[in-house]
Amino acid sequence: MILLTRKAEFSASHYYWNDAWSAEENERVFGKCANRNGHGHNYTLEVTVAGDVDGSTGFVVDLKQLKDVMEREVVSVYDHRHLNKEVPEFARAIPTTENIAIAVWKRLEGKIPGARLHRVRVYEMPDLFADYYGEP
Amino acid sequence: MRAYFSRRYRLSASHRLHSNGLSAEENQAIYGKCNNPHGHGHNYVIEVTVGGQVAAETGMVCNLVDLDECVKREVVGRFDHANLNFDPLFQERVPTTENLCMEVYRLLKAAFDEAEVVRVRIEETSNNFFEYPVDGRRARQGREQTWQNRQ
Repeated sequence: MILLTRKAEFSASHYYWNDAWSAEENERVFGKCANRNGHGHNYTLEVTVAGDVDGSTGFVVDLKQLKDVMEREVVSVYDHRHLNKEVPEFARAIPTTENIAIAVWKRLEGKIPGARLHRVRVYEMPDLFADYYGEP
Repeated sequence: MRAYFSRRYRLSASHRLHSNGLSAEENQAIYGKCNNPHGHGHNYVIEVTVGGQVAAETGMVCNLVDLDECVKREVVGRFDHANLNFDPLFQERVPTTENLCMEVYRLLKAAFDEAEVVRVRIEETSNNFFEYPVDGRRARQGREQTWQNRQ
């Protein structure tokens, strides 16, 4: 088995807010991320797939297909969007880096021909990232 | 759902690799320029990974502000702009980045309780880095078991 990782980038805005809490509670927990006007990041997405190297092609997965799936399922939906307001899964879940990693996993799982999803890593900035391995 | 959250911190420190149990010649042979009696320094990058359930009400594994405070108090405040050889932790042990990595892991494991500290990775230079413990393997095994259960 071998792991293969492909990167993609998208830029999006978001804010952190829990409707069940008071404004003071949101500001206490989320700090400047609670600003309702939102703020943005250049996200980097790393998708790692696992599989066996195909004897005839030498590929684990066709990179073009992987790129196309990432573009279609994630980047085209998230890029230059306000995650809270324009991406359905974040109407309820707060678009933290953790929740974005989980959402990307759900968008990609089962859609990558010939390999299985191993890890989704989302960088909100170079010093901060979340990993999701599909664990319950 | 369990996710892993990582954050990078920076500190600058000096060290000298020298083992009291070895002769001067042996130290020189093993550690080379790192054995320079006056020490030398690095800009270390410390990557801390914590794991835990993503809380439904916050969407977070842990509060990043609390992790920052803990790492700054326990690690950055302790080692930044310091000579590692003078730290009590390195009186009996050589302050290699392997040992620094294990000590940082132990310090954070003992001090942070909002989420599980699962890994510390330290870059000594852009070309070498150290990890302790190698926990990604456990995560992979967990994932593979999940996968097998579905088959």
